[in-house]
Amino acid sequence: MSERSDRLSVFKTYKLYVGGKFPRSESGRVYEVTDSKGKWLANAPQSSRKDARDAVVAARKAFGGWSGATAYNRGQILYRIAEMLEGRRDQFVREVAEAEGLSKSKAAAVVDAAVDRWVWYAGWTDKIAQIVGGANPVAGPFFNLSTPEPTGVVTVLAPQESSFLGLVSVLAPVIAAGNTAVVVASAESPLPALSLGEVLATSDLPGGVVNILSGRTAEIAAPLASHQDVNGIDLTGADAELAKELEIAAADNLKRVSRPQAVDGDGDWSTDPGTRRLTAFLETKTVWHPTGALGASGSSY
Amino acid sequence: MPTTAPAFADATASDSALRRFLHGLPGVDAVGLEARAASLGTRSIKTTAKAYAIDLAISMIDLTTLEGSDTPGKVRALAAKAVHPDPTDRTTPHTAAVCVYPDMAATAVAALAGSGVKVASVATAFPAGRAALDVKLADVRDAVAAGADEIDMVIDRGAFLSGRYLKVYEEILAVKAECGRARLKVIFETGELSTYDNIRRASWLGMLAGADFIKTSTGKVGVNATPANTLLMLEAVRDFRAQTGVQIGVKPAGGIRTSKDAIKFLVLVNETAGEDWLDSRWFRFGASSLLNDLLMQRQKLSTGRYSGPDYVTVD
Repeated sequence: MSERSDRLSVFKTYKLYVGGKFPRSESGRVYEVTDSKGKWLANAPQSSRKDARDAVVAARKAFGGWSGATAYNRGQILYRIAEMLEGRRDQFVREVAEAEGLSKSKAAAVVDAAVDRWVWYAGWTDKIAQIVGGANPVAGPFFNLSTPEPTGVVTVLAPQESSFLGLVSVLAPVIAAGNTAVVVASAESPLPALSLGEVLATSDLPGGVVNILSGRTAEIAAPLASHQDVNGIDLTGADAELAKELEIAAADNLKRVSRPQAVDGDGDWSTDPGTRRLTAFLETKTVWHPTGALGASGSSY
Repeated sequence: MPTTAPAFADATASDSALRRFLHGLPGVDAVGLEARAASLGTRSIKTTAKAYAIDLAISMIDLTTLEGSDTPGKVRALAAKAVHPDPTDRTTPHTAAVCVYPDMAATAVAALAGSGVKVASVATAFPAGRAALDVKLADVRDAVAAGADEIDMVIDRGAFLSGRYLKVYEEILAVKAECGRARLKVIFETGELSTYDNIRRASWLGMLAGADFIKTSTGKVGVNATPANTLLMLEAVRDFRAQTGVQIGVKPAGGIRTSKDAIKFLVLVNETAGEDWLDSRWFRFGASSLLNDLLMQRQKLSTGRYSGPDYVTVD
């Protein structure tokens, strides 16, 4: 409490971010979130499977617009997210410090890295097609072109330990590639993720492109893994046993699955991310285009 | 007038008698009606009750395509869907009917022969109803001749709103006479009637004139079926049966898109008119996209996992 002790405390109600809106959990449940020392911070919504279902509906609705937007436009919006985040730096430094038990300077470094990560992926949106697509040499009178296309609605289980930089590191590449995402935040420290929803809502990101749920990871992830309208799942935030279960459920409609991997620097999210996560949820479309009878028409193809 | 219930023979004797009767109906408490409809919409229907409600709702659907762009191919595709809504699960019931324009009725009849799914055809210059009586009757004859089992007519809202109730009444009688064996659904277009009082009057007018079904709307205007106006019409058919012994069906149409909405309507039926109406002979949904949502919910119940639009047909 500050020196103005006559003033009532204004506590923040943390809410989900679904379809561009900030609903409470459909179930009405909340759970206590504590800092690394066990001190109560806030109540977070404890999402149910119906919240997960609603989030998928919102993500599906947003997919056409987001995947159809130009890569350049997506890049601008991702950069805008970085701008908005920079403006609320102090808030995130505090939340990350509390959530992860970091000193203020370490938390500041984490937030700065997260802002930089948005900028990094903003730059990639209109370049990834050149890296993983292009013209293929074929033995015939055809142009043969491959282009990457987004997979669709992707469920992202955010890392449990790194509640903010880890979250941004798994979420940004998914939407940079043109997918829409349903994110399950770190169960123990969901507050930075829920606050990120407020940043996304003011960054020209269309509602529904990112949907953020908090609660028990296994409870929310199970219906998402078996959901027939989800096209991919990133299992980063699942432990080995849960990841196995979810992968089996995900096989039912041939979801693209990204397993939890040691490649992510063994929990050190500050390392160079590379392009692995960008390409994890891309499908390759290849088209054959006839070049016609070259000799007869005198075409100069 | 053979179809008018004897109890109300006086009411339809003249224009002034009819007006006196309709304006003598008790006024509708709009706030109370909407509150009642809203409170009945809060029931929680789960597990086996939900499975029953979903199958019942599917069996009550008049699967509808009423577009200028309808083709025989589209009607045949819709008919196939009506017979087997979910080809991956043959335990799914078929819909009640397929609802088309009169010129597509013959196509629908051929496609549905022997399936148990009925063919409903809109007629009488649907949806505006702005044509001479002869033209409207020719429209009905055309649909009946094509083999339609049910005729969905629109009332002359212009006449109704200017108080010429007898004209509306006689028009319904004339259409009924042309229907032969076909059942007649009378559409009021509740969104154009302005007040709940008018909806109650139109309901009674339609029932007195011999409608087999009273139907909320065409689906072509801004406000279509709502829980409140459907509740009001359910009260009318309940009261009509209590006084005359004649049971009449109700069909909300337009704007019902989710299973949740459909189940709310079924609760209204059960709590207002009663179980006798929980049958496709007495209650219908005029809808097209509703069916896909019901099928997805049905798949969710049978498999335990959420389904998606990739697993139902696009129409």
